[in-house]
Amino acid sequence: MTTRYTEDHEWITVDGDTATVGITAYAAGQLGDVVFVELPEVGKTLSKGDEFAVVESVKAASEVYAPVDGEIVAINDDLEGEPAKVNEDPAGAGWFVKIKLSDAAQLDGLMDEAAYNAHTA
Amino acid sequence: MTDTLQKTPLHALHVELGGKMVPFAGYDMPVQYPMGIMGEHNQTRTGAGLFDVSHMGQARYEGDEKAIERLITADLEALNPGEQKYTLLLNDKGGIRDDLMVSRPWSGGGLFLVVNAATKEADFAHIEAAVAGKGKLTRLEDRALLALQGPAARDVMERLCADACRMIFMQCGVFELDGAEVFISRSGYTGEDGFEISVPAGDAERIARLLLAQPEVEPIGLGARDSLRLEAGLCLYGHDMDESRTPVEASLIWALARTRRDRGDFPGADVIARQIEEKTCQKRIGLKLAGAPAREGAEIADKDGNIIGIVTSGGFGPTVNGPVAMGYIDRGFLEPGTGVDILVRGKPRPATVVKLPFVPANFYRG
Repeated sequence: MTTRYTEDHEWITVDGDTATVGITAYAAGQLGDVVFVELPEVGKTLSKGDEFAVVESVKAASEVYAPVDGEIVAINDDLEGEPAKVNEDPAGAGWFVKIKLSDAAQLDGLMDEAAYNAHTA
Repeated sequence: MTDTLQKTPLHALHVELGGKMVPFAGYDMPVQYPMGIMGEHNQTRTGAGLFDVSHMGQARYEGDEKAIERLITADLEALNPGEQKYTLLLNDKGGIRDDLMVSRPWSGGGLFLVVNAATKEADFAHIEAAVAGKGKLTRLEDRALLALQGPAARDVMERLCADACRMIFMQCGVFELDGAEVFISRSGYTGEDGFEISVPAGDAERIARLLLAQPEVEPIGLGARDSLRLEAGLCLYGHDMDESRTPVEASLIWALARTRRDRGDFPGADVIARQIEEKTCQKRIGLKLAGAPAREGAEIADKDGNIIGIVTSGGFGPTVNGPVAMGYIDRGFLEPGTGVDILVRGKPRPATVVKLPFVPANFYRG
């Protein structure tokens, strides 16, 4: 499994032709306490850069963008009742969606962990 | 960018405390500290929080009080020494130029005004022009303003300035706090018991550190200030009201003194009298919903999809533990319990009109 990062602070972990997407610990820290996550419906197709989710913190709403093209095959229903999981475990239980990749080559354009850490330093 | 922003006398302290600094009304201000907005909100509801509100405009007015009274909605003859009133500065159409506190902390006379940061220049220029030759407005730019808010605020003040605890809600006076001459009122912007303390700029950091050294007190940023005032049903100028809204529409008719209303001697009195009579204008109400918070600018629709209003403040209320909003809505939908939809990113979200405040006020009334 490989994890890549976007400049907009999404992470994407790829397992075969499916990828799990969430927001980084850095992003969650910047947003503060997450109180609601609006997720897309399963089956929706996304193009890289599309706004597919909205994270609401106490203060503001922030958009989350698709890191790659693909189709939503699962969403994290647990976030509906427990949005704080995004703060508690952003890289794990706080995941947002699973996407079936249409073009795995797009991953090459994203940052690896070292590059992302440099980006947020 | 930040070098064009003004700084309050507590700026260095905010940075030292880990405040996340953002531009607000031309000042570089802490939106939150490491505790976070939720934690800071709950701290203020259960203990005590210290807010730096030095960006607000403080001024002293001396002279013919009728000259300033005719600009606002308070009855200054009925304002006794040691008392404070919430009042509105109106334009000729009855629109709200600003909301402010007017008080008499000094036994020697004169009015103490505290106005909003974003409007202070315009307010003071407007007042100065109107009172020219009759009274003198002195801007107190050499003073900072601290707000100590929360149920434990009185325990803190009992220790540091016990005399101030003899006041009840909306009283004020001059006191000594750690050797400095301070003007204190028992009021605030959170719905909690608390004190607003005007201190000389040179004493501000020392007094802030003294307050923060008390076990009950934590520093609170603008983020929690906003969620606290929203739950308390209090208006944020420029959002929940502005020059296009009158006190009738803003549900602030209680801030128009009965005597002034009877005399009709305030700006826009004809417009306001007509609105009270006709009962047709929109009014500010509270809204509760589930799920996604509704933010400022979200439209309010009836169950047939007709647009009937707009959200002017909205967010997550940590004490309510859910989204809360305020907005303007057409007559016919004002009754608490009325079901409406709020369009959040285009999606209708069911909401209910509710009585304000969302969280009962916890003022000390003696």
